[in-house]
Amino acid sequence: MKQGGKRGAAARPAAASRARGQVKAVRAVSSARRKAAAPLLEVEGIVKKFGEFRANDGVALRIGEGEIHALLGENGAGKSTLVKMLYGSLQPDEGTIRWQGSEVRIASPAEARRIGIGMVFQHFSLFESLTVADNIRVSLDAGFAGGDIAEKARELSHAYGLPLHPHSLVGDLSVGERQRAEIVRCLLQQPRLVILDEPTSVLTPQEADKLFLTLERLRGEGVSILYISHRLEEVKRLCDRATVLRHGKVVAQCDPRRESAASLAAMMVGANVAPVRRQPAAAAGEPLMTVEDVDLPAATPFAVALKDISLALKPGEVLGVAGVAGNGQGELYRIVSGEETIADNNAIRLRGRPCGSLGVNARRALGAAFVPEERLGHGAVPALSLAENLLLSRHGSDKAAFLGPLGLVRNDIVLDATRRVAAAMDVRKSGDNPDASSLSGGNLQKFIMGRELDRSPSVLVVNQPTWGVDAGASARIRQALIDLARSGSAVMVISQDLDEIFEICDAIVVMHHGRLSVRVPIGEATYARIGLLMGGASLGEVEAATRKPPAARPAVKVARAARSRRDAH
Amino acid sequence: MRIELFKRPQHSVFYTVASPFIALALMIVFGALVFALAGKNPATGLYLYFVEPLTELWSLHELAVKASPLILIAAGLSVAYRANNWNIGAEGQFIMGGVFGAALPILFPAFQNVATLPLMLLFGTLGGMAWGAIPAFLKNRFNANEILTSLMLVYVASLLLDWLARGWFRDPQGYAFPGSIRLPAAASLPDIAPSQGSAHWGLAISIAVAVALWLVMGRTIKGFEVKVMGASPRAGRYAGFSAASMTWFSFLLSGGLAGLAGIAEVSGAIGQLRETISPGYGFTAIIVAFLGRLNPLGAIVAAFVLALTYLGGEAAQMTLGISDKLARVFQGMLLFFVLACDTLIHYRIRLVGTQKA
Repeated sequence: MKQGGKRGAAARPAAASRARGQVKAVRAVSSARRKAAAPLLEVEGIVKKFGEFRANDGVALRIGEGEIHALLGENGAGKSTLVKMLYGSLQPDEGTIRWQGSEVRIASPAEARRIGIGMVFQHFSLFESLTVADNIRVSLDAGFAGGDIAEKARELSHAYGLPLHPHSLVGDLSVGERQRAEIVRCLLQQPRLVILDEPTSVLTPQEADKLFLTLERLRGEGVSILYISHRLEEVKRLCDRATVLRHGKVVAQCDPRRESAASLAAMMVGANVAPVRRQPAAAAGEPLMTVEDVDLPAATPFAVALKDISLALKPGEVLGVAGVAGNGQGELYRIVSGEETIADNNAIRLRGRPCGSLGVNARRALGAAFVPEERLGHGAVPALSLAENLLLSRHGSDKAAFLGPLGLVRNDIVLDATRRVAAAMDVRKSGDNPDASSLSGGNLQKFIMGRELDRSPSVLVVNQPTWGVDAGASARIRQALIDLARSGSAVMVISQDLDEIFEICDAIVVMHHGRLSVRVPIGEATYARIGLLMGGASLGEVEAATRKPPAARPAVKVARAARSRRDAH
Repeated sequence: MRIELFKRPQHSVFYTVASPFIALALMIVFGALVFALAGKNPATGLYLYFVEPLTELWSLHELAVKASPLILIAAGLSVAYRANNWNIGAEGQFIMGGVFGAALPILFPAFQNVATLPLMLLFGTLGGMAWGAIPAFLKNRFNANEILTSLMLVYVASLLLDWLARGWFRDPQGYAFPGSIRLPAAASLPDIAPSQGSAHWGLAISIAVAVALWLVMGRTIKGFEVKVMGASPRAGRYAGFSAASMTWFSFLLSGGLAGLAGIAEVSGAIGQLRETISPGYGFTAIIVAFLGRLNPLGAIVAAFVLALTYLGGEAAQMTLGISDKLARVFQGMLLFFVLACDTLIHYRIRLVGTQKA
């Protein structure tokens, strides 16, 4: 450690508060002559090529001392590539990085940490079977002044409002707590710049609020933050400056507080996105799918057990299943789709017919269709062509059309159906029948969705319909889901994206620790309410909490325009 | 300078086709080196090894005799490997096919009619299936690694054969030498052209099976299932396919075909059950399967190449006095180079000058 390491992290809050006066003084000066003083980080003309593809093409970025700087862009705009170069895990092909005024070459993440750049990843890099303190210990660079790491972590976490028990096993922690562990691990190294990659994508609105307080506090101490997010309201609320990337190039640098979420979205996408249209639902009649009191023991120590799962899907409605990632949504999808069968055949019914112990193709034969969360390797096979991927989910339901005698595949008919699906969903592809892996995430998701919609299913279950999908494709997919429901089918959308759920659903249930909450009609749902349910509160507690004056519960309101644009790495 | 592998955006069609040929060329270059190191003239060595066996009719027949079991086994293995089921024990299934099939004429020598040979082929296939079923069961029931279990069962099978050939199945008039009675005509696969050489009708069976499997793989829903389960088991489950059934299918198919190859070898080429009936066909067929791009038709071509290394090995031993283990060296090099060259399908090699940090 070049700086600060010897001081020890436990001393940080005290030292920081001592230093805060100096920092403030420095900032007062520097803000007066910000243009003249060298910024903390200055990146110019960065180019990174992967083969012929220019992931970053002449990117420039300036981050000042004590600034929260937003990095915005759609999936594939080059945000992750840029950040990886700043953190030393990729090397730029061209361009310069200046750190505190002098040019540096960041050869490795260890080098980045040494000069004072820390990173909190979107996908956590923690060992689940170790404690928080052990996780921190194994990741610290050699030369870190030892001492009682557990105690330091505890003090630091409390000082920054991120309470954490250093001796608890990471496997037992919620996603939000794991993120705290990551942040504390990063702060122990006393960084000057913290990079946060989509930090709120796994948090409830209330947890996100706590995180923002921590970040504002860090800013107050002169620490700079590079904040990557697709949630534009957050960016507007938190960030001082924003750099917008599109197709590997900087298209705008702005003050997000002076922009609207819609104008930021337009900068990212380069065009205005058509809003989703929704007429009120007329859900009536017998449910098309019911699930009654299903329990499912956890398959692995880190899987979630399902308890007392009951739900009913009525014709004409879109039911949203909200929840923070890892609360049993994957397990719910598996039992509903029949990829995992259960012993009690009567516990799940499709159009009145018991199907709990029937497999996925038998359920398709009863009129259901399913879209899993992961596109590549679950909903589609990357190395197979689109026509073969069409056959993947429909070889059973469309057997009469697609298969001839002796199980011979009628390739021409399958190919016709593939073209029909691609045209209906406007799937952009190279060639007539390319491999699934050659499509972009959004186009492949449109194809998968279209493959199921083409059957006009009476029940459609979708897990994360627009995960990692660009704005245009998201809007199209959401509209298709609503249109299917309005035509008399029932749609169930499992999503971690609250905006999406509020946009398209007629009723919401919340999943927490393997249990489903009661159904909340969309007219009675608010972000605060659903957020509390996501955090595990019962509906009674939610009623009590939401009766308090509004000032006491600062819920994040996210504009409809800021749709899910998650990075799908 | 360092060598860097650079992932191609799309897999290279050129190297998909060229990789086996590059591997063959590399094998010949390094083969020449091996001859030189052994103190022999590389040109003579390579000629004896790879050309001379192709110059005479009788040795072409020998080539067919050696290629026939390789085609049959490798065609089955191609399917199993495509489904991600790593049956390494085809050698054992081959032996058990020979044992089960030959048991009929050995234990019931009086049973000689038109049904004898078809029944033997059937029993041989069932024997191979039974031996292949063991690793399949262990994988499905206990999640035991099929590579290890199928490989270990090879040694069980070969010791069992040895024991039978010296004991229960031994020819009572054989002066206590190991080995069964000579199989009667009704129990023998006939030669295709007896006046010219020893090739038997097993070759026709092998090629017919390989073509049929090629059609199954390319045109039917079963072949699709194999590809999906091999490429992505989760997508396979989404499609409603069962991983356990695929394991059974892979092992019963590849085991059964290895067993069929075993009894075809015993009744067509050897003519009796001996204490050893295979010069490692079951292992060589693994190389054949990969050299043939895990495509049953490719296996036909690749089987003739590998059969040539057997003949060449024998020729080199007789003429140059080099150990016939050299054949194994060539086979090993070929597998090594094939797998290495396959990297080129998905990666490009770049030389990168290292800069000082």
